[in-house]
Amino acid sequence: MFDFGIWTSWIHTQLTSLMPEGLAIFLECVAVGICLLLLYVVIAIIMIYMERKVCAAFQCRLGPMRVGPWGSIQVICDVFKMLTKEIITIRHSDKFLYNLAPYLVILASVLAFACIPVSRGLEILDFNVGVMFFMAASSIGVVGILLAGWSSNNKFSLIGAMRSGAQMISYELSIGISILTVIVLTDTMQFSEIVMRQADGWFIFKGHIPAVIAFIIYLIAGNAEVNRGPFDLPEAESELTAGYHTEYSGMHFGLFYVAEFVNLFIVSSIAATIFLGGWMPLHIPGLDGFNAVMDAIPGFIWFFAKAFFVVWLLMWIKWTFPRLRIDQILTLEWKYLVPIGLANLLLMVIVVVFKLHF
Amino acid sequence: MDITLDLIVFTVLALFITVSAVLAVTTKRILRAATYLLFVLFGTAGIYFQLNYSFLGAVQLLVYAGGITVLYVFSILLTSSEGDQAEKLKKGKLAAGLTATVVSLGLCLFIMLKHKYLPSQFEHGELSVRTIGHALMSGDKFGFVLPFEAISILLLACIVGGIMIARKR
Repeated sequence: MFDFGIWTSWIHTQLTSLMPEGLAIFLECVAVGICLLLLYVVIAIIMIYMERKVCAAFQCRLGPMRVGPWGSIQVICDVFKMLTKEIITIRHSDKFLYNLAPYLVILASVLAFACIPVSRGLEILDFNVGVMFFMAASSIGVVGILLAGWSSNNKFSLIGAMRSGAQMISYELSIGISILTVIVLTDTMQFSEIVMRQADGWFIFKGHIPAVIAFIIYLIAGNAEVNRGPFDLPEAESELTAGYHTEYSGMHFGLFYVAEFVNLFIVSSIAATIFLGGWMPLHIPGLDGFNAVMDAIPGFIWFFAKAFFVVWLLMWIKWTFPRLRIDQILTLEWKYLVPIGLANLLLMVIVVVFKLHF
Repeated sequence: MDITLDLIVFTVLALFITVSAVLAVTTKRILRAATYLLFVLFGTAGIYFQLNYSFLGAVQLLVYAGGITVLYVFSILLTSSEGDQAEKLKKGKLAAGLTATVVSLGLCLFIMLKHKYLPSQFEHGELSVRTIGHALMSGDKFGFVLPFEAISILLLACIVGGIMIARKR
């Protein structure tokens, strides 16, 4: 596998030979931040285009077709439209919190996005406690949504924010438990280490039954965590107009919109990383020729292929199932997913202790 | 004294924490106070990350920023209405508060300046999570299994109490 760490360490040595180390590190941080935000935007544009195309396919339509080949420039035009829209201000609302809320949501999303290992040596935040940091970062977004709903000075926004808050806090639990199930198998919380341990088989194969159950729980909970699919009632348009972002316009609405789509990508890529091996190619122990062929494909292609496969699964679910009611959502989480997840965690511990995994 | 990157980052974080902390107690609107509290917690987490204690930083974000602040905001949303402002402070209360602040500041400064800390500069390199886990769960000397279990019982009691209150008709 090609190691991008060679490039980054080469750049680092070149920079430190030119200037003091502190300045070099600062410049590297700025460069990494710019690259991260660029990747964030590109992913957002790809995700929005994919959403429109997949939605169209499931409804037997064509989707955007006029602008560019197969409508591929449509989303970029939409971005410019969004950027030029007026940002309205609300009377009798807390202006500071109203303007702050979208940025809190984006902050949480970018922090979580920075944890994803795209390829070997291309990790940005690779802490020892990476998984925990990822969950911490993604849990900040709830505050932004609650503040948005409150400061809009609108009953529907407030109800939407309350629903969203209750739902996200609840489903974070299931996400945590299902990720913990895999950590029991790996005995590490570092994302790069987690990927390296899957060199001789992805965890969904190595952990067999408990890993598959954890994967399904993760997909359901992840879908609910990003307020999509059958769990999109924080913004149920038929009852709450648009939920917590009703009163937002222009780029402030755009930030919520972009964060939602990138959050979907983040959830999918974490699923791809911890269950499907991240950038690690498909290896079957014993078949060396097959493994060599698979190694020829670069890591980031593997990563994006797996991540977009999971995204596609979640979009399929979204455009297939009808929306749930709020009490059904909470019942599903607290009465079914959490007990199943806990029992599954115990099952995984038994499997690991008695070495029943591959 | 030469200016290093560590020092600059620390100064920025410290200023951010101080300004947010002062704003949190001086603002008149309760939800803004909660937001400034969130900023203070972010800044503290930043200092933990700077000290390479990423475990505590992540816990800080997860429990305080993502948990406690959300709880605060939730309870504010459920109990107060838009336009609620804090009532004006009386002179006596203000004086008492200021005295308490100055006394505790003096106490903290006294302890921090008197105490001899072992490492005098930033140590680079992360503490591995395995070490922390073993320290938390071991019953030997410098093991924390008793406080760990005591806190878990306390939390269990809190959960049961919460359910009891919520179920009361």
